[in-house]
Amino acid sequence: MNNAKTARMTYLDALGLAQREEMARDETVIIIGEDISLYAAGGAYGDIDSKRIRSAPISENGFAGMAVGAAITGLRPIVDLTIANFIYLASDPIINQAARLRSMTGGQVKVPVTYRASMWHNQSNAAQHSDRPYPMFMNVPGLKIVTPATPTDAKGLLKAAIRDDDPVIVFEDNDLWAVREEVPLDTDFVIPIGKAVVRREGSDVSVISVAGCLPHALAAADDLAKEGINAEVVDLRSLLPLDAEAILTTVGKTGRVVIADYSHRTCGAAAEIAAIIAEDGFDLLKKPVRRVVTPDVPIPFSETMEKPLYPSREAIANAARGLM
Amino acid sequence: MATKELDREAYLRMLKIRHFEQAVSALITEGEVAGACHSSIGQEAAIVGACMALRRDDYMSGTHRSHGHPIGKGAELNALMAEILGKATGVCGGRGGSMHLTDTSVGSIGESAIVAGGIPIAVGAALSAQVRGTDQVALTFFGDGAVNEGAFHESLNMASIWKLPVIFFCENNGYAAVTPATQTHGQPDVWVRAAGYGLPGICVDGQDFDAVLSVTQEAVTRARCGSGPTLIEAKTYRFDEHCVGLFINGSYRTQAEVDRYKSERDPIKLFRTRLLERGWLDSDLIDLQARAQQLVEAAVEFARNSPFPAAEAAYDRVHATQIPIRR
Repeated sequence: MNNAKTARMTYLDALGLAQREEMARDETVIIIGEDISLYAAGGAYGDIDSKRIRSAPISENGFAGMAVGAAITGLRPIVDLTIANFIYLASDPIINQAARLRSMTGGQVKVPVTYRASMWHNQSNAAQHSDRPYPMFMNVPGLKIVTPATPTDAKGLLKAAIRDDDPVIVFEDNDLWAVREEVPLDTDFVIPIGKAVVRREGSDVSVISVAGCLPHALAAADDLAKEGINAEVVDLRSLLPLDAEAILTTVGKTGRVVIADYSHRTCGAAAEIAAIIAEDGFDLLKKPVRRVVTPDVPIPFSETMEKPLYPSREAIANAARGLM
Repeated sequence: MATKELDREAYLRMLKIRHFEQAVSALITEGEVAGACHSSIGQEAAIVGACMALRRDDYMSGTHRSHGHPIGKGAELNALMAEILGKATGVCGGRGGSMHLTDTSVGSIGESAIVAGGIPIAVGAALSAQVRGTDQVALTFFGDGAVNEGAFHESLNMASIWKLPVIFFCENNGYAAVTPATQTHGQPDVWVRAAGYGLPGICVDGQDFDAVLSVTQEAVTRARCGSGPTLIEAKTYRFDEHCVGLFINGSYRTQAEVDRYKSERDPIKLFRTRLLERGWLDSDLIDLQARAQQLVEAAVEFARNSPFPAAEAAYDRVHATQIPIRR
């Protein structure tokens, strides 16, 4: 297929395309999740054999563990957990089994399973549907975690996750589902896990963007540019492993750092990034690291309370201004 | 396998488990084993009866009481014993230990110390066989304690709706650690729970090798030909404490009960009597016992003489596709 070919599509469409391509490419790829057959009837998975599409009962713990058993015996399951809060019900098999079986068996098995979890924040769904739980899983050795922030990354990172021989959680951002851009149609287009990307070059301050904070980080950089402040925006893309080299490179360039992260302040992703900078890049800093994160409160329903909690264009720009 | 050959192999495997567990207990007493160890003594007929109904390429998952299952499935003893001693030559390279003996070369795909954790794993292996179009089946061992976990119920239901080739094998030894099943189960029988999910439920005397083999063979046949899962409850008994060396201050079972099982319901003694009735010579059975003992002694020797893993080995085999590990 022509590598230069692209099509304009949404973040959500890009995820669907990645899944269809991988199911067509490799017959060991199966999908498990709630309400899956409805989408299959609509052609969401092409003409894939129905035995590879498992519309599961509402048993997150059971089917997340079942996927581990399938993965260690020759399949590559994709588990669609839908709303990210539901991953807590599936967390035992993800943490105690998927993440550990390779090590615990002395390398006798590999666990190529992909867990998809969509973060439904910023949409008045209250505290049981709005979580961004990636930091909890960053503390689980054996896992890999990717956090696509663009339609292109949604396709490339989900495909990389499915092809990876280890358990990968894809934390998707529901708030970005409708975002559109040109996405590569190359069926072998994948984005390497663990590599950050510089989305905008700058020399005055670095904005390190975690997951779906990217649009706000880029918008803040636009605002700052008008004031003569050149912000560099780094999109981490993966949280496990963290691209420490990319983090320290941008710190070395600017000496000023704002970390934008949707997780809560205490032990969030930003905390670990700040710790890396403090341990290995302290001498590069001109000012203390600033975190723009979600305060430590359960997410409330009403939007007048919910919306101000998250990192925003204004909050990121203000944090950067404070470092100049 | 012809009956005589099957009986010989079954008796040998039961004896291997018995001697292996006795050796492990002795090593614990001598301070050569770290961590918790759970003995399968008393449950050998249930384990071996179930395993002898399987092919080598069928899958098996199990529990923290993990030594008997891979032995029952036909694993070599040396690497199992070395694993329990935490040695580099252990079957899991010293990363799993007593509760996690795994030997994929005989279809043993993992023993879970999370109660009921191995059940969905076996359901997944069965799903894998079904999707890949092989005729393999999966059997999962779990205890009476596990049936009160959600994973058990979710697994039975999913296996039932998809007619997965899986055998749910409950070793009901009457006690979840030190809590009697009578105090934690709404009714005493595990097998009747199958009806709630539309699959066959079978109860069998877990001390009777022939009976266990027979019902498991039926379940395996059903699974292999696409008729779906079966729940088997084997009523068995744990001769030792929950954990080797565990001192229980207080009585959750009487010494008379333990003594009665040991004298009247020892699965190895019962099978031995059965074999003599079938015309086996006493001398043949003594030879098999000597063989089992010799294999276990050799395994202890192998394990003792093996090196411990280097500290750096903790960083190996964490991922299949390596990523940088932060220290």
